Amino acid sequence: MTDIILETRGLTKHYGGVHALSDANFVLHKGEHVAIMGDNGAGKSTFVRQLTGVEQPTRGKIIFDGAEHLFASPIEAREAGIETVFQNLALADDLDVPSNLFLGREKFLFKLGPFSILDKKAMREATIAALEKTAVKIPNLMNTIRNMSGGQRQCVAIARTAAFKSKLVIMDEPTAALGVQETAQVENIIRTLKEAGEPLILISHNMRQVFDLVDRVVVFRRGRIVANLRKEETNGQDVVSYITGAKTGSEYEGAA
Amino acid sequence: MAPTSPGIGGLTYDPAKKARPPELNVLLALVLITVAFELIGRVFLGDSFLFNTRENVDSIFNWQRLNIIILQVSIVGIIALGVTQVIISGGIDLSSGSIVGATAMIAMSFAQTALVNGNPNPKAIFGDWAMDLPVMIPVLVGLGCGLVAGFVNGALIAYTRIPPFIATLGMMVFARGMSRWWSNGNPVSFPTEGYATIGKGMMPVVIFVSLAILFHLILNHTKYGKHCYAVGSNEQASRMSGIKVNNHKVLVYTIAGMLAALAAVVLSSKNLTAQAGMGVMYELDAIAMAVIGGISLQGGRGSILGTVLGALIFGVIISGFTFLRLDAYYQEMVKGLIIVGAVVLDQWRQQKRGRG
Repeated sequence: MTDIILETRGLTKHYGGVHALSDANFVLHKGEHVAIMGDNGAGKSTFVRQLTGVEQPTRGKIIFDGAEHLFASPIEAREAGIETVFQNLALADDLDVPSNLFLGREKFLFKLGPFSILDKKAMREATIAALEKTAVKIPNLMNTIRNMSGGQRQCVAIARTAAFKSKLVIMDEPTAALGVQETAQVENIIRTLKEAGEPLILISHNMRQVFDLVDRVVVFRRGRIVANLRKEETNGQDVVSYITGAKTGSEYEGAA
Repeated sequence: MAPTSPGIGGLTYDPAKKARPPELNVLLALVLITVAFELIGRVFLGDSFLFNTRENVDSIFNWQRLNIIILQVSIVGIIALGVTQVIISGGIDLSSGSIVGATAMIAMSFAQTALVNGNPNPKAIFGDWAMDLPVMIPVLVGLGCGLVAGFVNGALIAYTRIPPFIATLGMMVFARGMSRWWSNGNPVSFPTEGYATIGKGMMPVVIFVSLAILFHLILNHTKYGKHCYAVGSNEQASRMSGIKVNNHKVLVYTIAGMLAALAAVVLSSKNLTAQAGMGVMYELDAIAMAVIGGISLQGGRGSILGTVLGALIFGVIISGFTFLRLDAYYQEMVKGLIIVGAVVLDQWRQQKRGRG
């Protein structure tokens, strides 16, 4: 199968005696948008932390873009092509938009070790291109993040993933703290990514949003994957019964 | 920097709404304080603070006073340039005053001249081999002291994760002890002519201004500068974005240490002697200059220009109090009030922005 971008086999994470994630077998195809749902503490964020190198799994394999990876840090995951929009944004409040987009991977006019001269013009132009690609609306590029609304901040964090050649985008509850209009703007960006054929893993509690945006829903419960549902073959009621434990997918029987 | 930016995605941006740069407020404060001294002088003393009132000198301004203002802040100003970078990166450096003391003693020991008025140097530290060395040797030895002290500060903070306050407090006490131990508390004096030219006349000002321009460019146009703001603004985000935060910290404290050492060389050259008590409280004066200049103690915000203006305010106040013939006690008390006032203003500005 060459159209698989990401696969995990038996991915497991224990924190001491706590089994936060057990035997997660997960497949993501190229261009596919998948939502991960589940109650608090179901293992969604733990799963993402293993994929993005924030933590290292106790057991199991991560196969990304045809090769097995063990990411020692978020930077390694990013270099491999996994761009993550973390729940806690990871932006520097006192820097402007281009500086945040290129944080840690600046463009230079010429290299001189730590005193390499920044190519501000190139970074500004690349920022405008990335914002246009994701249809992000920002009134002033040179404004610091501190002076922006929550939605604008989230858009900058998402545009970061578009400024570089990413092969997979992961978003951890991107609209959790946003208002109605701002949520709509972020959702539009996600649709733009879909049209561009960028695969996406979306963690969300918002049922409407999930059914609006993704192709497939994977449900976590108590550290295990309990359902893998195509959007056309399920509905909100159905997903809720998997989340709460009223139902378990046939292929996962006996798991939880 | 682009003065204005067209909005992205159809939004437009009104450049008039742009926040006033904090440096402008500092400049305004500098002008106001200067005018205040001028007015008080005219009304109560019948004398001018800024302008020349002597008949026999052909000049509009009182250059003597203006020169003293900038001369007396330029040596601490050199330290403040380094402290500014440390504070922007989210740290603090309490050791710079003591680094000045230790570096002055050590550098001066390699700058001594063999014969003073035909007699052997009465303050000689080493034997004949260390007499009348080329001027580069004491300068490099001095910068080396600053490099080592700053590197130790940075490495302690980056790798043992102890708070910058504690690490540099330790260095402060250690380096002061070292400057006393070096010659059992005796001064080290009588430098070579070459060494004596480093801090002669207006040289401290020239060095301060050149370094200020250099570091202004570095902070605004290099990776190092960008990372100062990034690390001070959000250390965790910087780490996750791939910035080598530990290396950055080591570098920033090393630069601060070397600037303190350079200040020590200039100061000991200017005074033609080094004493164990040199540079006491300089670290706090340098921090005060930065804070008055709008550098946020929370990190992430501020500029070299702000610190230079802060240093000038500092100089104007000291000079103004001398002009008004007020006791030095008042100077220190008012200095204290101004430092607290500057921080309160900064907090207030932040809260206002947070709400808006």
